[in-house]
Amino acid sequence: MSDGAALEIAGLRASIEGKEILKGLDIRVPQGEVHALMGPNGSGKSTLAYTVMGHPRYQVTAGSIAFDGDDLLPLTPDARARLGLFLCFQYPTAIPGVTLVNFLRAMLRAQGKELPAREFLNRLSAEMKALKIEESFRSRYINDGFSGGEKKRSEILQLAMLRPKLAILDETDSGLDVDALRTVADGVMQLAGPDMGVLVITHYPRILDHLRPDAVHVMHDGQVVLSGGADLAQRIEKDGYEPILGAGDRAPALAGS
Amino acid sequence: MAIQAKDLTKDYKYGFHDEDISVFRTKKGLSPEVVAAISQHKGEPEWMLKFRLKALDHFRKRPMPNWGADLSGIDFDNIYYYVKPVEEQSTSWDDVPESIKRTFDRLGIPEAERKFLAGVSAQYDSEVVYHNIRGDLEKLGVLFSDCDTGLREHEDIFRKYFGTIIPPNDNKFAALNSSVWSGGSFVYVPAGVKVDIPLQAYFRINSDNMGQFERTLIIAEEGSSVHYIEGCTAPNYSTDSLHSAVVELIAHKGAKIRYTTIQNWSDNVYNLVTKRAVAHEGATVEWIDGNLGSKVTMKYPSVYLMGERAHAEVMSAAFAGSGQHQDAGSKAIHVAPNTTSNIVSRSISKGSGRTSYRGHIKVLSKAHGSKVNVRCDALLLDEESRSDTYPYMDIDNPDVTVGHEATVSKVGEDQIFYLTSRGIDEQEATALIVNGFFEPFVKELPMEYAVELNRLLAMSMEGAIG
Repeated sequence: MSDGAALEIAGLRASIEGKEILKGLDIRVPQGEVHALMGPNGSGKSTLAYTVMGHPRYQVTAGSIAFDGDDLLPLTPDARARLGLFLCFQYPTAIPGVTLVNFLRAMLRAQGKELPAREFLNRLSAEMKALKIEESFRSRYINDGFSGGEKKRSEILQLAMLRPKLAILDETDSGLDVDALRTVADGVMQLAGPDMGVLVITHYPRILDHLRPDAVHVMHDGQVVLSGGADLAQRIEKDGYEPILGAGDRAPALAGS
Repeated sequence: MAIQAKDLTKDYKYGFHDEDISVFRTKKGLSPEVVAAISQHKGEPEWMLKFRLKALDHFRKRPMPNWGADLSGIDFDNIYYYVKPVEEQSTSWDDVPESIKRTFDRLGIPEAERKFLAGVSAQYDSEVVYHNIRGDLEKLGVLFSDCDTGLREHEDIFRKYFGTIIPPNDNKFAALNSSVWSGGSFVYVPAGVKVDIPLQAYFRINSDNMGQFERTLIIAEEGSSVHYIEGCTAPNYSTDSLHSAVVELIAHKGAKIRYTTIQNWSDNVYNLVTKRAVAHEGATVEWIDGNLGSKVTMKYPSVYLMGERAHAEVMSAAFAGSGQHQDAGSKAIHVAPNTTSNIVSRSISKGSGRTSYRGHIKVLSKAHGSKVNVRCDALLLDEESRSDTYPYMDIDNPDVTVGHEATVSKVGEDQIFYLTSRGIDEQEATALIVNGFFEPFVKELPMEYAVELNRLLAMSMEGAIG
């Protein structure tokens, strides 16, 4: 709802181990809006998430990524996070021996958002309750032996504690049952608003019933090929990707949005 | 946070050096005269002098061990074997000389004691200068003193056990220690007494070219229990120092001894220590052994399981930075039936640092029904860092359960990315992973040691990222 785009990506090309995945991608997510990025498997959605966050394995060969007017490309992942960017991982990595509570404390401190001990614990308890996470969970080692659902809740818990400016959710809905999906989506919607925008990356439109996006983008073969309103997601739910993308590999002409 | 860590690591944290106020020291090098001078200075009985001279003889005949770390840098002729810093051993804090107090203040001893320590026996060079034991322990009949006092005041108990677990001819460095030993702790816990607060001692080397050869003897009578904690720090000198201790533990029927060590010798010290325990029927011995410092460490805490159902627990952690070699491990000798041992080792190598796990499990023919579990995990932080495993197993009984697992891993790119994606910088992310790797060890430590260890690790990690 503010003036400039919070996240602005133009002409982005990125490759992994010499193989180009993103082939001139453009997308704008204005501050405080909820956008969905959809597309069939292998279209490059997760690559985009990793590239925006600055994973060292993905190499940007052309184009630009700006966040709140800052050029992200020269920045390390931690510097990008400190600007207010958050990636909710599809497959978060286990860090044995490091408890979730210590991890949360470390990230808040790193971002200059440290709270007094008592306040921190109170807020943590409240956020965990909202996400239906058991109290004992905070003493477990990060993602070590977590079920798929527990991993996703832990990611959203981190999101809730950090309150970034933009959250990128990478297939957060995958592997969740209906109830867990609702809990997680409600958690995100509590946070989304003028202060936090969301870019939801998903294969299935289901999560969008809860998240009610302001805009939907469809990705295919490393590019955004179509952008529209929430109705676009409904079309995909009804008809699948094929009528939109065309039968062949070639991207169809851009529809107006 | 990062800036603070940087300031702390500018110099080796404990590398301060107080003015040398020694009142008596032997001349450099080793000879029967030097050994006799030590014994005479201490006013020891004849049998101890003979013991020392016999050990010296063995030390001279015994070749240097060539199966482990590189020890070629040790110059035995360039070491003071005995330095006594003050005339009398102090029993109250007021009597301790100011410069020694300053050293202790920096180590935090009086503070620590004020809190909850049972007794503090601090070794400053070769003599224990300050030692205090809480009254209630004395009432229970617990003896806790330096080893010299143990010999002087409780010669009967002392002589019965001294050198029985690790005889002077066990190895070259046990022989060296046996000939010139000084200080260390003597602990005796009477039957049925459970010491519920840890007994702690700090050891320091403070004289250039000063060898430290402390000797520790702990006896836990039937059904008793005790936890002894030894922490080591040494100032940072330019020439090599030698630390060669001998530690003997005796756990009688049903007794329990836990021995916790965190050694953080400065990186010029050769740390060559022999630690061995016997566990009688139903007894438990636990070695909690952390190795962060030194140039070279060779240390393999061992347990001889002599009585049925005796149990050995060895949990060790080693960190080798550039130029360091931690050659550590453990031995469990199952002599009696239904004995159990559990050995867990974690090691981290950084830069050109090298860790070796060297373990020996022996199950004798009568030890049926015994269970052995060995697990060692190594973490490499750089391309050039190195880790080796040398597990030896001799199993002479078919009715034994043996588990052995070893892993070597690297800090993963995805782990670093995950942590940094939350705003944590790469250096702190690596420190978190390292601390997490040591967590199974750290959670065995009392709180203040756990905090200290994590801080030391964070400092060791400084500059780990190229």
